[in-house]
Amino acid sequence: MRSRQAIALLALVGCFVALYLWLHALGVGGPLQCGTGGCDTVQTSRWAVFLGLPVAFYGVVGYFVILVAALAALRPAALVQRKWNAVLLGLASVGVLFTVYLTYIELFVIHAICRWCVASAVIITAIWVVAVVSLLRDHVSSDSY
Amino acid sequence: MRRFYVVLAGLAAVLGIALFVLLRQGGGASAAAAGPPPTVVDDGFRGYTMGSGDAVVEIIEYSDFECPFCANFATIQMPTIKQQLINTGKVRWRYRDYPLPTHQYSRYSAHAAHCAGEQGKFWEMHDQLFYNHQWAQTGRNPAGLFRDFARNVGLDLQRYDECMTAGRYASRIEFSRQEGDQLLVNGTPTFFVNGKMFNASRATSDAFKAMADSIIARTPPKPRPPADR
Repeated sequence: MRSRQAIALLALVGCFVALYLWLHALGVGGPLQCGTGGCDTVQTSRWAVFLGLPVAFYGVVGYFVILVAALAALRPAALVQRKWNAVLLGLASVGVLFTVYLTYIELFVIHAICRWCVASAVIITAIWVVAVVSLLRDHVSSDSY
Repeated sequence: MRRFYVVLAGLAAVLGIALFVLLRQGGGASAAAAGPPPTVVDDGFRGYTMGSGDAVVEIIEYSDFECPFCANFATIQMPTIKQQLINTGKVRWRYRDYPLPTHQYSRYSAHAAHCAGEQGKFWEMHDQLFYNHQWAQTGRNPAGLFRDFARNVGLDLQRYDECMTAGRYASRIEFSRQEGDQLLVNGTPTFFVNGKMFNASRATSDAFKAMADSIIARTPPKPRPPADR
């Protein structure tokens, strides 16, 4: 249960990070608050749009889906269902793969790093690690029966 | 379990407030740098130049960093012109600002270039603004992106920020635009070859080369100073 709660909290934070970038892409607010990073270089590059939509939009949707799945997995009836661990790991894995692709583009194509993208990468990786640990624990406990 | 939902709701509220604050920060492009100045003063500046001071041919370009035609010219024609005419000492290139009123960030981008010029990096910033011209198509506030450009070309960011906030070169940019008006510039880019307007529709590197070569061929060579004995 704790791991699903942790995933829900992390997904909520990730959702807000992606929402900030998406709203900026829509022209809401001033310049990105980025410290010394190259957020605007990344956000105005042609890789900031994927299939006609801002990349951040996929982040908002992805984190929201993970959040909803984690909350669904926290229902009393779902707490004993182990399939939810696999569902959460599957969703996190998609997010991690997309993040690996985007980080590669940042580092080796655009040559600029957006701190908010790094924050999102850390969050999705943390979600993935928690989901893996949760699934492994699940297997260990089922083996011990 | 109830405690978890309280924590979740509390976190959502905190993140919502943080998002609101983040979106309200920044203030956007400095008004002093983005708009026309209250007064216009001639400080004697007549544009950044590239090439030999002894060149027989001087080409003045009236340009606007937000103008797509200017970006095409800078990225497609200019490299060849630089290689064939400027680097060979045949032509001296002079850049003048002509921010068009229809463009939202023309003055702001020109100002960013002048603030870079203050630190000896005008042409580097010029290239950043034209080679990364997608900023001009988004309609979004480019202040943060221009700051990234400033960092890319190695500017002292504190000085750059002070320059942009103060709008230090707004008057210089407006003076250049007014000068362009007097010369009957009515679009960008507009070129003058040794003071004579050059048809912009023919503004290719080949056309400039032909023009420069013909002027040079018609110009008598400068008398050489007597050699030291």
